[in-house]
Amino acid sequence: MSVYRDVICPFCGCLCDDLEVTVEENQIVKVRNGCAISTSKFLHHHENRVETPLVDGKPVDLKEAVKEAAEILKSARRPLIYGLSSTECGAIAKTIELAELVGGVVDNTASVCHGPTILALQTLGESKCTLGTVRNRADLIIYWGCNPLDAHLRHLTRYSAMARGLYTSGGRKDRYIAAVDVRETKLRRVADLFVKVKPGGDYELLSALRAVVRGYDLEADEVSGVPRDVILELAERMKKARFGAIFFGLGLTQSEGRHMNIEAAIGLVADLNHHTKFVLIPMRGHYNVAGANTVTTWQTGYPYAVDFSRGYPRYNPGEYTAVDLLARGEADAALIIASDPVAHLPYKAARRLAEIPTIVLDPKRNMTSMISRVVIPTAAAGIEAEGTAYRMDGIPIRLKKLIEPPEGVLPDAEVLSLIIKEVEG
Amino acid sequence: MNLIVKGGYVYDPINGINGEKMDIYIKDGKIVEELPEHDAKVIDASGMVVMPGGVDLHSHIAGSKINLGRLLRPEDHRKDPVPRTRVTRAGVGYSCPSTYIAGYRYAQMGYTTVMEPAMPPLGARHVHEELNDTPIVDKSAYPLFGNNYFVLKYVREGDFEMLKAFVAWLMRATRGYAIKIVNPGGVESWKWGKNVDGLDDTVEGFDITPRRIITSLARANEELGLPHTIHLHCNNLGVPGNYQTTIETMRAVEGLKPREGREATIHIVHCQFNALAGDSWATLRSGAPEVARYVNAHRHVTLDLGQVIFTDTTTMTGDGPWQFRLYNLTGNKWINSDVEMEAGAGVVPYTFRKKNPVNAIQWAIGLELALLIYDPWRVYMTTDHPNGGPFTFYPKVIAWLMSRKARTDTMLEIHKAAMRKTTLADIYREYDFYEIAITTRAAPAKVLGLKEKGHLGPGADGDVAVYDIDPTEWRPSMYREVEKAFSRAKYTIKGGEIVVVDGEVVSTPLGKTYWIDVEIPEDLEGELMKDLEEGFKNYYTISLGNYPVEDAYLPLQKPVEVVGWR
Repeated sequence: MSVYRDVICPFCGCLCDDLEVTVEENQIVKVRNGCAISTSKFLHHHENRVETPLVDGKPVDLKEAVKEAAEILKSARRPLIYGLSSTECGAIAKTIELAELVGGVVDNTASVCHGPTILALQTLGESKCTLGTVRNRADLIIYWGCNPLDAHLRHLTRYSAMARGLYTSGGRKDRYIAAVDVRETKLRRVADLFVKVKPGGDYELLSALRAVVRGYDLEADEVSGVPRDVILELAERMKKARFGAIFFGLGLTQSEGRHMNIEAAIGLVADLNHHTKFVLIPMRGHYNVAGANTVTTWQTGYPYAVDFSRGYPRYNPGEYTAVDLLARGEADAALIIASDPVAHLPYKAARRLAEIPTIVLDPKRNMTSMISRVVIPTAAAGIEAEGTAYRMDGIPIRLKKLIEPPEGVLPDAEVLSLIIKEVEG
Repeated sequence: MNLIVKGGYVYDPINGINGEKMDIYIKDGKIVEELPEHDAKVIDASGMVVMPGGVDLHSHIAGSKINLGRLLRPEDHRKDPVPRTRVTRAGVGYSCPSTYIAGYRYAQMGYTTVMEPAMPPLGARHVHEELNDTPIVDKSAYPLFGNNYFVLKYVREGDFEMLKAFVAWLMRATRGYAIKIVNPGGVESWKWGKNVDGLDDTVEGFDITPRRIITSLARANEELGLPHTIHLHCNNLGVPGNYQTTIETMRAVEGLKPREGREATIHIVHCQFNALAGDSWATLRSGAPEVARYVNAHRHVTLDLGQVIFTDTTTMTGDGPWQFRLYNLTGNKWINSDVEMEAGAGVVPYTFRKKNPVNAIQWAIGLELALLIYDPWRVYMTTDHPNGGPFTFYPKVIAWLMSRKARTDTMLEIHKAAMRKTTLADIYREYDFYEIAITTRAAPAKVLGLKEKGHLGPGADGDVAVYDIDPTEWRPSMYREVEKAFSRAKYTIKGGEIVVVDGEVVSTPLGKTYWIDVEIPEDLEGELMKDLEEGFKNYYTISLGNYPVEDAYLPLQKPVEVVGWR
């Protein structure tokens, strides 16, 4: 029996690194410190696995599957490589090399979650910080369009509302907590102030707050369903905070207004920095979606939606993003790594995946693997394979290998290397 | 493969060779005394300039800061797309080049060693991952110390041994090479939205001054005997009148005993940004003559230029409050990024304009520093890439240094403030090839303590640059030719391998990463670890066990052993 300490959880963007995992005979038998999701991920990682490489649903050996995958990518005119948010950075780097080699498009799941956040950042910039800075300093925290109590389970205790730090030894007591959402969430029980905003009204509300912070008088009685005095009071609190932080999620990025919402938030935070210190932090979902953006950016200059069809990288979200490329029927082959687009993309895009030859690299069976021409099982990063992952705030951490993968199963990066070799011929 | 670089005019200042016609022999990646010709590939360098591979001691090419710059600026990339070739990867260039392109372009200019000068320790893995994707060049990174919680704590407590132990430990934990200090105390205060206004201001929450941070770290550096000096981005960067802070800072470490074999005890980075005189933007003038006068009289200072180029670029520093100031000055987009317990950073795009009086003065200040400081061994050519401009403009800077005509031609195109508010027009000095070899390779290698870099004596690394220009024929009026020659090396040889021919990359070996390995006395290390564990548990968000960078991030490493405690 061996006990691993300081284990990193490869589930959400929190990337908690204080887990204790007990392994007996290559089986994970106990997880300490993990949240419910994390514990379940570790304890059930061996269930529902892809057992062998498949081509057209028939078991084949790895070599054959790799050959078929390479053949598909080589003969495609517009191959799409997509996913990447739940694997380690070495594999992500390999996908970019492969996309370059076959003149394809490489996109990651950011294009359907925080893509608008990135677009807004490219327009205006962003004031941000690492989670520890919030832990140590923030006396005002606002959760906007996100619900960490259901999605990032340990966020509040480890990094934000309850965390005790250098200048926040009282933890929750030292802070004012607000939450903004279109419906009441569990955060209501935690927050000092819960603001219910009308669906689609975020942009207006953020703009109203910004106007008040800038010293304008608010003439309306309410904005997006929020009474005037609530807005005035919140704006005042923001200005008076010693260190304020806004965490935001898909409620802001994927509702009406999208990147415009984020731009409004960025503008508000920038203005607040004339009064005090203020930051804005996106709640990234998958554990390494930040890494997917990071690696793609240092290798190509662009964070997602990168097209290599002309030999050099081009970037155009809305054109080279997976959903658009598939829904338009443009992609004629796809390689999916560490994600399940058939389960999550719009119907038209998912259907296209079933029409074209699709290749999947994943430890587990999922809806995408069911429609795919080639399925190659891989080792689960952070459990059966090492590698880097970037936390939602950009901190790189090394995932640990705790147990051996099933026999003959390789990590994503190694399978991709084999495909690259085969394509190069 | 053995190589002979035959018949070129060799400039090897460390060995006192000034344009002599001679052959350079490379065997197993190292320079050797001599080789039989039949046993080697011969490169004909006759009529050309031969120098050691270039060494850049300050260029932001890897890590979270430059990557935020890349992320922020798709419009910058679109100016300069780079397609894939048979041997090279695709990417983008200009002010925030992708990692592969940065490596290629340095090699194309004959550079073979580049140092990333600002590594937030928490982001060290990120820096190393990017350095590993930066081909050809050898490299290292300097971890940020000047606003680190433990540094400030030990300075406040006056616990000097613990400070030294922490420096040694963090070098190893981050695989870093030198002590980088950015706006000491100011970045810590910025976490509350404040700054410090000089050497004797108080750091928010710590009750110490920037002066104490600088002098303590400088003393720790010399007592440990690290190869490089402290690498300091001064307080008050970009503030009119800041040349006084800069001189005061240099003065603060006067009398500090340097480690054996080195005279300097402080390196002032991108000094141009810190040599502004006048008391507002309207009354701005050059403070370079005053800075140069001080440097000429004091052997303990080295500096690099941070030369301004008239172009659109991306500023990025670890100096959060300065970047916020620049955002307010320009209204451009602004990224701020604070790193818990350690550091911060900011990114703001910026265009240096010829007709802008401040930019014109800044341009002249960089060149004044290079020309008014007599000793080229102590002033190094940089643009603080990409802050003053992209490193790809180095050949232009070389032309300005070597040709008064080049400077005059530029001065005639730009705002007249460059002539009125600086002394540049009155300076007749022109660098020769020997001095260029000093300021771009020999001197930086020496001040970094890289014994096998920056020269062509036996035992040196086989890093050689051949430039297609005949120094016996060349005159300063022909500055465009020198610019052209230095832009595209005829040959670049890295570790005995030909990597560039006729300005094109032909091979892309992986360079090595230098880091400083100091052994800490056991009992001291025990005490330090106790303190660190406590600090990490209470204030960090990753555990101490997951903090140090693993060997996996250094596929080709070169630890430099230093005996810190005798």
